[in-house]
Amino acid sequence: MKSDQQLFDSYLKERKKEKKIVLIWQFFILIMFFALWEIASRLYWIDPLLFSSPSRIFTSLIGRFANGSMFSHLSVTLFETILGFIIGTLGGILLATLLWSFTRFSKIMDPYIVVLNAMPKVALGPIIIVALGPGYLSIIAMGFLVSVIITTINIFSAYNEVDPNYSKVLKSFGATRWQCFKEAVFPATMPTMISTLKVNVGLSWVGVIVGEYLVSKQGLGYLIIYGFQVFDFTLVMSSLVLIAILAAIMYKVVEGIERWLIKHAH
Amino acid sequence: MSFLTLDHVSHHYFSKDGYTKALHDISFSLKEGEFVSLLGPSGCGKSTILSIIAGIMKQTQGKVLLENKDIQESALAIGYMLQQDYLFPWKNIIDNVLLGPKIHNKPTVELKETAIQLLQEVGLKGVQDQYPTSLSGGMRQRVALVRTLIYDPKILLLDEPFSALDYQTKLKLEDLVGKLLKNYHKTAILVTHDIGEAIAMSDRILVMNANPGSIAKVFEVPIEIRQNPPLDARKHPKYQPLFDKIWEELDSREGDKK
Repeated sequence: MKSDQQLFDSYLKERKKEKKIVLIWQFFILIMFFALWEIASRLYWIDPLLFSSPSRIFTSLIGRFANGSMFSHLSVTLFETILGFIIGTLGGILLATLLWSFTRFSKIMDPYIVVLNAMPKVALGPIIIVALGPGYLSIIAMGFLVSVIITTINIFSAYNEVDPNYSKVLKSFGATRWQCFKEAVFPATMPTMISTLKVNVGLSWVGVIVGEYLVSKQGLGYLIIYGFQVFDFTLVMSSLVLIAILAAIMYKVVEGIERWLIKHAH
Repeated sequence: MSFLTLDHVSHHYFSKDGYTKALHDISFSLKEGEFVSLLGPSGCGKSTILSIIAGIMKQTQGKVLLENKDIQESALAIGYMLQQDYLFPWKNIIDNVLLGPKIHNKPTVELKETAIQLLQEVGLKGVQDQYPTSLSGGMRQRVALVRTLIYDPKILLLDEPFSALDYQTKLKLEDLVGKLLKNYHKTAILVTHDIGEAIAMSDRILVMNANPGSIAKVFEVPIEIRQNPPLDARKHPKYQPLFDKIWEELDSREGDKK
């Protein structure tokens, strides 16, 4: 007969073991991926000129970071993405709040929002560049545009799905519509807003990279296009690897913010 | 003098496919301190009446007067208790309780003392900093009761507030609410489909018809029953005959429909 503590200990041990197995597999896949890539490239299973190899990418990255050029590209793209992400998210929340505040306005706007949402925002790229000039502004606008409409729609529908009985309680105290919003609708929608943040991280990257494809002279998106044009696929791959890493970090940071918000939302 | 008066009140719900008449020509009045129950099948418009009195909806016809003033213009506070507690999960207990004063921008510092005292009175000591999720259903409904009472409402509207609770909790809460309302001399309207609850708690029972909702019959609860708290009222010899009479009334109406 085992004691309660022993049972608990063996449960913990089981959990730890499971976690370890998963982690080992995750590393295994990562290493296998790069190893296979390297081998395939060296043995000419794939054309090294087109697909490069991890070792070339690594040396290229080291060199470009050493002379500082990569860092400036990276920081430009990161800056644009974060700004596009923040403006897009806040703009979406603001627009959704406006729609909620004026019921008639939301009815009038409905078909336009449907069209804007259905439309691929990146197709607006050339127009934005003409309007805002070829620079940061256009690229940030792209990052903003890709995320703002879907944010508006998600948050507006979340506002409308809040249990009306909370507002009923408030109205019985004589609350105005704005007070209902502040005390019930907005805080009840917090979880949706937080999950929207995660989606928007990905969307802003799409907007910014496409924006850089179209116009810029700097940034990771620019490096991809430039590498493509001069047939330097090591550069293209290096930029892709960096984008993957940065996007993952940003996602993790947002996840951290989410956890913090849930803990401190009270 | 009557305190609250409903004068030929009707209410329609409109949609693009037509309209439903939820209430037809409802007239009744309450004296101050009186406890009235609305009893009837579901869909008879009981909750609609409460929403109109609470000023959340406006009736399509007729007048609702509180102390001879139109209810929409009246500044008298009205407390509304729903079937579920609807405590705000992101606010702690004290903030939930002080929601009404907050809406009216009243300084809440002094009221906080009153709130803690009231919470104690309903048997909730030391919960003010907890969040609703850590309380049981009965406790939460008691918090909701305090939230309703803190603003010193002139009328209390109770929309089946005990129906989601287990039987024992329900009886205990009935006793508590009955006692509090009597102590503070509050006027109250209780919506319920529980005949026993209606008899045990109220002074008068309005039995309602459905489709459209109208008042079918009024029963006076004998004074002997009224003097007892709800739990004891159920044991009073006059309780069962009244129960049977109301049962018959409701049953016959159901028979009409078939």
